[in-house]
Amino acid sequence: MKPRQKRFVFIVVALVALAVVVGLVLNALESNVNLYFTPTQVFNNEAPHGRSFRIGGLVEEGSIKRANDGLTVNFVITDTHKSLPVVYKGILPDLFKEGKGVVAQGKMEADGVMHAEEVLAKHDENYMPPEAKDALDKAQKAQGMEKAK
Amino acid sequence: MAINWFKYSAPTTFYGLAGKLIPWFAFSAALLFVIGLYIGFAVAPVDAQQGEFYRIIFIHVPASILSMFLYLVMAGYAALGLIFNTRLSAMMATAIAPTGALFAFISLWTGALWGKPMWGAWWVWDARLTSELILLFLYLGFIALHASIDDPRRADRASALLAIVGSVNVPIIYFSVKWWNTLHQGSTIKYTGTSMHVAMQQAMFIVLLACWLYAIAVVLARVRSIILERERNTVWINELPEVRS
Repeated sequence: MKPRQKRFVFIVVALVALAVVVGLVLNALESNVNLYFTPTQVFNNEAPHGRSFRIGGLVEEGSIKRANDGLTVNFVITDTHKSLPVVYKGILPDLFKEGKGVVAQGKMEADGVMHAEEVLAKHDENYMPPEAKDALDKAQKAQGMEKAK
Repeated sequence: MAINWFKYSAPTTFYGLAGKLIPWFAFSAALLFVIGLYIGFAVAPVDAQQGEFYRIIFIHVPASILSMFLYLVMAGYAALGLIFNTRLSAMMATAIAPTGALFAFISLWTGALWGKPMWGAWWVWDARLTSELILLFLYLGFIALHASIDDPRRADRASALLAIVGSVNVPIIYFSVKWWNTLHQGSTIKYTGTSMHVAMQQAMFIVLLACWLYAIAVVLARVRSIILERERNTVWINELPEVRS
């Protein structure tokens, strides 16, 4: 082999080895790389006890309740299998809405409610003008009614 | 007709070629920036959920894509330089680094500006954001390592290794939203198609193209000054009209 072919093989082998190592490390770190736990994971006792963690999912439809002080909000986070109630006192981000993604950080208290210190809205990957959104919502509603029949 | 491509791997010929190409790339980049940003900010409709805030994607997405692609191109040139011992490849890698770092920074910065009103946080340590930050540090590390070694050939080899090793990070950035739970949303443009509005797509692709052309123009201009600096003791440089005067 010519020296430059040797160098080429060396670089390729080194890169593959490195990729495998990084892959294994990331695989081992998996639970630490994930930003949040899902409600199902919390019910399976995979989430940490007694310390703060993040939980992510959708805000359940019709679950948002605002207290009279104007700051405290109760809502339910769901991953469509399991649901968890959350209470939060503070200003919510603009994208926080029912049926939309949300990530809340806080501690699970003895009452089974997560007391959140921070609530973040998780945006989905859909970009469309309001008219298209209305049309889509109507179509989905029509489909839902069809199913109900 | 067979073109001898290796002719242009010599700094002597590439210097002139780059000089001729720069105005074309620079002009078309400027034109496409104007068209793309006009469509993005004046023609494209507002988003149903985000309102006007979503328009940051016309800068954020092209900058992020470029920051990742440029890194791979830089690592590719660095590898070529190591394998074939060609001077120009290493110079190209050095010339790409600052532009890549700039795009990585724009990506993080515009993301933060959007994140505060939309997510409710400037910064979150999720996999996508963290790996993009590492990309910025890799660019800065490459630049710093290259600058810290006096002998340019040794500097090329050392920083080439760093660039090649760092390229492992690029697929991690790209797939992070798939592999892990992140706050950052998934890809809108998928191989299976997209739900995005047509005008929004057009604006994004035109700005992306403009960013590409801009990057090429700037890198060529930078590589020309690197050639001038590094080959300053050669005869051909001293015979250049712009050097003589």
